[in-house]
Amino acid sequence: MLYIKCPHCGLRSQNEFAYGGDASVKRPELNKEISDQEWDEFVYLRKSPRGKHLELWHHVSGCRQWIKVLRDTSTHEIFNTYKSEEKVG
Amino acid sequence: MQKYSFLSLIKNAFSGHKGWEVAWKDPTPKKEYDVVIIGGGGHGLATAYYLAKEHKITNIAVIEKGWIGGGNVGRNTTIIRSNYMHDENGLFYEKGMDLWRSMSQDLNFNIMFSPRGIINLAHSDAQMNAYARRGNSMRLNGIDAVLLDREEVKKKVPVLDFSDNVRFPIFGALMQPSAGTARHDAVAWGYARQADSMGVDIIQHCEVTGFDISNGKMQGIKTSRGDIKTKKVGLCVAGSTSILAEMLNMTLPIETHLLQACVSEPIKPILDHVVTFGAGHFYCSQSDKGEMVMGGDLDGYNSYAQRGNLPTLQHVLTEGIAMFPFLSKLNMLRTWGGIMDMSMDGSPIIDKTHIAGLYLNCGWCYGGFKATPASGFTFAHTIAQDRVHELNAGFRLDRFNTGHLIDEKGLGTKTWIS
Repeated sequence: MLYIKCPHCGLRSQNEFAYGGDASVKRPELNKEISDQEWDEFVYLRKSPRGKHLELWHHVSGCRQWIKVLRDTSTHEIFNTYKSEEKVG
Repeated sequence: MQKYSFLSLIKNAFSGHKGWEVAWKDPTPKKEYDVVIIGGGGHGLATAYYLAKEHKITNIAVIEKGWIGGGNVGRNTTIIRSNYMHDENGLFYEKGMDLWRSMSQDLNFNIMFSPRGIINLAHSDAQMNAYARRGNSMRLNGIDAVLLDREEVKKKVPVLDFSDNVRFPIFGALMQPSAGTARHDAVAWGYARQADSMGVDIIQHCEVTGFDISNGKMQGIKTSRGDIKTKKVGLCVAGSTSILAEMLNMTLPIETHLLQACVSEPIKPILDHVVTFGAGHFYCSQSDKGEMVMGGDLDGYNSYAQRGNLPTLQHVLTEGIAMFPFLSKLNMLRTWGGIMDMSMDGSPIIDKTHIAGLYLNCGWCYGGFKATPASGFTFAHTIAQDRVHELNAGFRLDRFNTGHLIDEKGLGTKTWIS
């Protein structure tokens, strides 16, 4: 069982959360000509690293906020959690 | 190579089983090979076998970080089927079915192929319509498919819950009678033994640490047991593809995820087919030892850990008990996990790459085991001829960029998010 510290609610079990994928992916800017390559990178291509991974989780059975989690993909250790708008240093 | 047969078994029994040769050798890596296959799982070993058998290339090394058969080929739920709707998948996996049927003879190794049939349950009229459509598509591609009504399902699988007050009543099912199971370890060992006998070096406990590429051409690989020169490298490392891709400066349409499976304590024969739940994700068959073999959803987050978490297992087994109430009385014998390449449309990738001499075989999602022979067969062709086989022509790496997705389930990207 993973325990995720929601920055709004505190430590909760993974049962309350839904996974949202790689948080480092950026949508191409609005109102700009976007190439097929840029769409490809945004929609499909993922680094999928082994090790530290910054990812989005949705506290769907809690405060319903999206949060960022810095987690190790090989050990499942969670290093830190952040509010969605928070800068990750 | 020693031939395995009933006679050889008797002969060796009389000499106290001391006369058996090793099934495959433990060679030291040579300085140079014609082809290096990275990954000694089912797909890598099958690729080496078909390169030697069909294309007469035998100066091959199969490089394996752990031991052969220790990865996903030994961690799956052994289901073999070709019940796909799209031509690219259906024809590819049906070629696989042909190879499965003759594999024990081909490899002189009993892989215990058991075509017991797979039954996909339907729980609504809409699902029955969808299955009728899929069944028709399968039959157009020469794959056997039978639509069963509720009574027919009841006859074949009486232990399912047919009571009136279930949340997901059984309306019927789509069955592929020729589908089934096989002994997965035997598949790895059988391919390894034949490949070895034809001159393939199977090098275990050897990790790839880098690649030597110049002018966009493959020159060799670096490993924990020294550098190896080669002009052609085939990647068969589903689960770890993204790690090697990073060494190659490639970003792929793949995420690595964790999938669990489990078996119950052995019981007397009760389930004659492979049966899947239609209102969730759960599949079940009974092994020859009598264990109920079960699996279902991914754990759902990126992971390279070959072990899972209990919430997912509980979720999956809740579906199992909804289908087969008797499962709740059984003890769990073992659970385990494996890591999969989840491709963004749920279909695999077998293709050349922008680096000359680098070939990619990945993205098998939940379904790599059944693909083992067809994957090896077409990947060997792709490597030997430097062009794709017609059966893997659709499994292109650039299909995500060009929009030619093979989206079997019609779910769009991230087909694993539920």
